[in-house]
Amino acid sequence: MFGRLTIEALPLYSAIAMGGALIVVFGTLAVMAAITWMRAWGYLWREWFTSVDHKRIGAMYVILALIMLVRGFIDAIMMRTQQAIAVNSDGYLPPDHFDQIFSSHGTIMIFFMAMPFLTGLINLVMPQQIGARDVAFPYINAMSLWLTASGAALVMVSLVIGKFSTAGWTAYPPYSGIDYSPYVGVDYWVWAVLLSGIGSTLSGINFLVTIIRKRAPGMKLMFMPLFTWTTLCTSVLMAFAFPAVTVVGVLLELDRVAGMHFFTSGDGGNMMNFANLLWIWGHPEVYILILPAFGIYSHTVSTFSGRKLFGYTSLVWATCAIAILSFTVWLHHFFTMGSSANVNSAFGIATMIIAVPTGVKVYDWLFTLYRGRIRFTVPMLYTIAFIVTFVIGGVTGVLLAFPPADYLMHNSTFLVAHFHNMLIPGALFGYFAGLNYWFPKMFGFRLDERWGKRSFWCWVVGFYLAFMPLYMLGFMGMPRRMEHYDVAAWQPYLVVAFLGAVLILVGLTFTIVQIVVSVRRRAELRDPTGDPWNGRTLEWATASPPAPYNFAVIPTVTGRDAFWTMKADGTAWRRPARYEDILIPRNSAFGPLIGAIAFVLGFAAVWHMWWLVALSAVLAAIVVIIRSSNDDTDRLLPAAEVERIETAWLAEVAAAPRPVDEPARGVPSAALPGAAT
Amino acid sequence: MRISPPIRRCLAVAGAGALALGLAGCATSYAPILDPQGPVALGQRDIMFRAFGIMMIVVLPVFVLAAIFVWRYRASNAKARFEPEWESNGIDALTWIVPALIWATLAYHVWVYTHAFDPYKPLDPYVKPLEVQAVAQDWKWLFIYPEEGIASVNEIAFPAGRPVTFRITSDTVMNSFFIPALGSQIYAMAGMETRLNLLADRPGAFRGRNTQYSGDGFPDQHFAALSMTAEDFDAWVAKAKASGEGLDAAAYEALAKPSSKHPVTYYATVEPGLFGHIIARYDGAMAMTAMDHGGAAAE
Repeated sequence: MFGRLTIEALPLYSAIAMGGALIVVFGTLAVMAAITWMRAWGYLWREWFTSVDHKRIGAMYVILALIMLVRGFIDAIMMRTQQAIAVNSDGYLPPDHFDQIFSSHGTIMIFFMAMPFLTGLINLVMPQQIGARDVAFPYINAMSLWLTASGAALVMVSLVIGKFSTAGWTAYPPYSGIDYSPYVGVDYWVWAVLLSGIGSTLSGINFLVTIIRKRAPGMKLMFMPLFTWTTLCTSVLMAFAFPAVTVVGVLLELDRVAGMHFFTSGDGGNMMNFANLLWIWGHPEVYILILPAFGIYSHTVSTFSGRKLFGYTSLVWATCAIAILSFTVWLHHFFTMGSSANVNSAFGIATMIIAVPTGVKVYDWLFTLYRGRIRFTVPMLYTIAFIVTFVIGGVTGVLLAFPPADYLMHNSTFLVAHFHNMLIPGALFGYFAGLNYWFPKMFGFRLDERWGKRSFWCWVVGFYLAFMPLYMLGFMGMPRRMEHYDVAAWQPYLVVAFLGAVLILVGLTFTIVQIVVSVRRRAELRDPTGDPWNGRTLEWATASPPAPYNFAVIPTVTGRDAFWTMKADGTAWRRPARYEDILIPRNSAFGPLIGAIAFVLGFAAVWHMWWLVALSAVLAAIVVIIRSSNDDTDRLLPAAEVERIETAWLAEVAAAPRPVDEPARGVPSAALPGAAT
Repeated sequence: MRISPPIRRCLAVAGAGALALGLAGCATSYAPILDPQGPVALGQRDIMFRAFGIMMIVVLPVFVLAAIFVWRYRASNAKARFEPEWESNGIDALTWIVPALIWATLAYHVWVYTHAFDPYKPLDPYVKPLEVQAVAQDWKWLFIYPEEGIASVNEIAFPAGRPVTFRITSDTVMNSFFIPALGSQIYAMAGMETRLNLLADRPGAFRGRNTQYSGDGFPDQHFAALSMTAEDFDAWVAKAKASGEGLDAAAYEALAKPSSKHPVTYYATVEPGLFGHIIARYDGAMAMTAMDHGGAAAE
């Protein structure tokens, strides 16, 4: 009945694991109690959980990402603490627990922090940037969200019931095979990755179709905002790369439960195939994470320099080049597997080509600052920190692309420092910039600047302190994933890295404080016009938060920076001759339902409750069939209602203390946030 | 002159970075990668330094320009020129051409040095290397000296100045064999054989280890790599031969069981063909050297 689930699955083996489990359980209960106390269940269900509005789905993705960021960071600081003290001692974490933590840290940060964060921001912004009313497939969008959430829930549940994988976030066999990892950890990893992977594949297809099909009239490809371009490329990568990780997860699971030998020795199985398949997804994945951030930086750097983006065409082609090249370099993750010098050099050289378009981008952003008027807002600070810091990561990346150098640095903390140096400034800082930049589009008010800046400085300085020592430790021969060590010379560096993590903890806390403070100050931070930063692209032409239909009248685009042009020629915020009825998709319980079924399916498969797996698979099929047979999915928003919403907003815009002729004067208004600094 | 808050903070960040790098600088003696003990590690370190230098051509301007632009074009500086439509095809072209030229330079180096430092390539075609068969186990390393007919656990010795050729496999999960002071790591995989050629310039005691996470005993899975004079090496072999222990099939099975912090052990005799048997245990696997590696290994 319960498969291999017994009472032993509770984390009674360690006080720390038990503590983690209790925090999850009581945290969840506290949130649920708070919602009950506020009597918000009905509101949340009707307005949010069942919503198919891309802005709300985007906001929910971002909230999921922030929750998982906290969880992933707790893992990180636990590892830093352990390594800071575990010289010639066992520290405070047993190996089995430490190994779960580094595995869950990587899995969470990639699949359940970065992926939801970028998917959320894309959802929120991209349809508005192309002048669309929604994504192409709103219901699939909801399904993607809830599949991702169900994967995240599986990882969280593994804290309480059973254990998580100890095989690292890449789960290389044979270690992840049934012989060496017989318990449920790897199964949790596989099912979490599978469920969220399906969600990501569907998101990729959805965004791709949206950009191809739903652009406003006149928006040629080369008129698209940069974030839309990077979304397009990221979506191509998602649609083509994620199936590889789905396949690799399925095959690994077949090895584990059906006695097959795809990756384990016997019957011709080979572990090297796993490495190839995993990284055929894994390397494009790096660019899936980074490209959207590149798009965000392209907007923040241009908006807050008060000038048009330098080298738009170059940036577009560089983005496309990176997307294509990202499929040609996967072997550099295992130069040390014994391939011939010809193979290794070919992949090393291919890897380095990526530095060319990336270098182009860095210079384009730099020259966007040139002869601009730089406002040091929170998004802009992240952008500047990114440009400088990312270059360091690029240098170490090119070093690692030299196979002979990689033979020295592979599996070391140098590698750990390198990819954190790409992903924290390259991706996470970009998401933070995007969050601060586009937050009004989610909830109608800006985020508090003071707490945002405090958080920013802690994150940046904390990053340097936490990761620069790891570069040196790599030179000192320290491998990654060490639960304890006996080289006393490593300890000072690990203590500095720990202090960096503490500073990041402060930064993360300030991020949360920033959100809380902003919610409390929401009246003064309100964005009445929908264009709080003097923006250039179409997402600023909508209200904050946008009406369910985004645009009462679909704008006609005649060039790049469409909204800037509209402001310059005085056509922005103009009342149309007449309003029309608008069809918008109706909310649906379908998304959360599929997510819940997927979660049960995954949990049952982890614990070998095969009857429940079959039952939930059938249920999922039935739900999908019912949903697909329903043709009545839209509701009509009458013209009168549209007119009421638009009139109220336009009145607010007119009353807002802000010159609407800025582009014509070409000077950012002193009334705008950040201008005084 | 009053320094505006953002700039002051930038300086603080730069200071913190410099501090980290400075800390890094004071302990190079503990850093085997920066202090190589053989030609392989030396060459690999130097190519890293050279690539680093070449990249500074594009990287240093980023730091300098970022600092200048951010300072000069701050919104509060009314004196700076403001040209919101400014473009430059020349700079646009340069941003492609300069990185592309640097890429071409680096690519040339990649090709040359990857072939020069192919781990499979014998270091000196005129000298017969010492052959050592390395077997990764949970969580220790077994070294078999086929010509000397001895074996050791968690300690390896070789004469300084004489090339050593390693044949490497694993009798457990994937491992990675690495002696940082000598350079070049390579995976150890069950059912397969990988190769590595190393050389120590001088006598010395180094540390080698598995760098690929392999389970609970992973942190302690290291071994002593002793480079010694030819006479000392002969004495070391004699010491192993005098140990009295033999590594036959039964002794091997006992040794192969997982153990942590396994003491250094010597075996006076080794069952012939043991290395091949360990690989053959994993049926259906292929001999990687012959099939997969187009390089110099002759099998």
